[in-house]
Amino acid sequence: MNVIEIKNLEKIYDGKSVPVHAVNDINLTFEQGEFAAIVGPSGSGKTTLLNLIGGLDKPTSGEIIISGTNIGELSSSKMIDFRLNNIGFVFQAYNLIPVLTAKENVEFIMHLQGKSPAEKEARSMEMLNAVGLGDRAESRPNKLSGGQQQRVAVARALASKPQFILADEPTANLDSKSAETLLDIMGKLNKEEKITFIFSTHDQRVMKKARRVITVEDGKVVSDKKAE
Amino acid sequence: MINSIAWKNIWRNKLRSSVVIAAVTFGILAGVFSAGLMNGMVERRLRAAIELETSNVQLHNPKYIENKELTFAINNADGIIASLIKMPEVKAIAKRMKIMAMANTASSGTGVVVYGIEPEKEKLVSGIYKKILPGEGPYFETDRKNSIVIGQKLAEKLKLKLKSKIVITLQTVDGMMVNAAFKVVGIYKTSNSMFDEMNIFVRYNDLANLTGFNEQNAHEIAILLNDTNLSDDVAQKLTKQFPNLDVMTWKEIQPDLGITVEFLNIMLYFYVIIILLALGFGIVNTMLMVVLERIKELGMLMAVGMNKMRIFKMIMLETIYLSLTGGILGITLGIILIQIFQQHGIDLSIYGEGFSAIGYDSMIYPSIGIDYYIGTFLLVILTGIIASIYPARKALKLNPAEAVRTEI
Repeated sequence: MNVIEIKNLEKIYDGKSVPVHAVNDINLTFEQGEFAAIVGPSGSGKTTLLNLIGGLDKPTSGEIIISGTNIGELSSSKMIDFRLNNIGFVFQAYNLIPVLTAKENVEFIMHLQGKSPAEKEARSMEMLNAVGLGDRAESRPNKLSGGQQQRVAVARALASKPQFILADEPTANLDSKSAETLLDIMGKLNKEEKITFIFSTHDQRVMKKARRVITVEDGKVVSDKKAE
Repeated sequence: MINSIAWKNIWRNKLRSSVVIAAVTFGILAGVFSAGLMNGMVERRLRAAIELETSNVQLHNPKYIENKELTFAINNADGIIASLIKMPEVKAIAKRMKIMAMANTASSGTGVVVYGIEPEKEKLVSGIYKKILPGEGPYFETDRKNSIVIGQKLAEKLKLKLKSKIVITLQTVDGMMVNAAFKVVGIYKTSNSMFDEMNIFVRYNDLANLTGFNEQNAHEIAILLNDTNLSDDVAQKLTKQFPNLDVMTWKEIQPDLGITVEFLNIMLYFYVIIILLALGFGIVNTMLMVVLERIKELGMLMAVGMNKMRIFKMIMLETIYLSLTGGILGITLGIILIQIFQQHGIDLSIYGEGFSAIGYDSMIYPSIGIDYYIGTFLLVILTGIIASIYPARKALKLNPAEAVRTEI
């Protein structure tokens, strides 16, 4: 079953002298349970593509249909609600709320969804345990290592029960061991829970773990390889 | 949870928030204490004016207001007093004769207002007897005829002492001029030097006998109420009850004081509003820095699904908490300071002459009502709300995709 369908997607930025074709006529589909990496050199358009899929940016033309909803037709406020309930985000710089504990950071998304305190408590601990940080639930981000913070960010992204998770360079700020641990956790969640992950990365470690690698250059998909 | 985040966010940069809170604290403290000083001064002046000069309500013959003729009196004043004393709002009543006269001594003379009073009844309405200077007389404690109580300012002007003789020249009901010698039995001093120079007090009977005035009548009936706030209501009732008499409240008798009291509240709030306006700009600046520092975090919040209303609410709450922390501290310190000085007073007697010339006491006891503290508290919240609008709008204009990748 297709979770994401991308049709003739284009994004053109007004450059200083000439318009920049950041995404140029991309057509892709992502199925439930994929573990895909969008790779390419800096400036190739992979982050722009991820932002468009996540509804953080509006395409110049083309369509993105997520589980039957054309997100280009959603108003700004409806798009925010759609993101909240359908898309999980993991950022390169973790972006946790520093004044909240790990558990509170995970609960925060559910608070925005209007979940009950009991549900928030149970789900946040479940997610923290899933990323191996159940024992650090009450720690603030500044007491956690970079790898641990990124695992909390994954737990936060999972907490809202999204249809898929978009991870923008999730391992870029991590050392090898932390990156390996994070990828193992995400891989396990993908296999066991059938959670769809889409990464933008140029990290070889991520590419090796991914079961599908989409290469983007100059805003175009130049290869789309699925593992056997 | 957004409340909790907003509160915790204040303390992310403790130094910066402490500076803003300290500025608001001292600003509000200055505003509240200054308001307490002004209010205390005016309250004391009002109390003194009602207690010593005007009472709450006065009745006159309407013609007497226009022309202070001896014959323009209230007829059957005793009968009117007998009916008024039954009113529950009334604390005490006194009738008075009030005549323009000349006061002369061997060395000089001056125009004065002579009050003919019944000392025991007058004591219930006016506190002049409490203002007799130490060692300067027993007030009207003896039965001696032609006793007189004068103000210190007049005593200085006419070089009079206790037991000195003073000759009062005035007109009788027949239009004849008469002189009578009075012996000073008391020298008083109020906080109003003009009042002290102009007003002298003799016994009602002495003045009535001297002028041939009917002792059942009076020029003035002074009414002291249990509550000053009832002055207007009682005056309205009396106007209906005695349509032939002129009924005046203290505000009409001393319009300058009436206007001062009317405008005092506006002035007190105006003062604190100016302070909050100045502080507001500082708060806006701080919150703009906060938004700038947290672009990445705000971008993340927008990206993960925090809607604009919640972002706005979070920044607004943070601004309100920042302002309110300073505001509560400022108000609390203001209350403490006002309480301390209310007990001991602030002695400004070095400016005593100036204060006395405009009727104010040089000893100031700051005071302010609870409604002012509540009003200030609400104004601080309003300042927080207004100060948050511009920074919050800045935050809402962020593009989440760009904001999450911003490096600061």
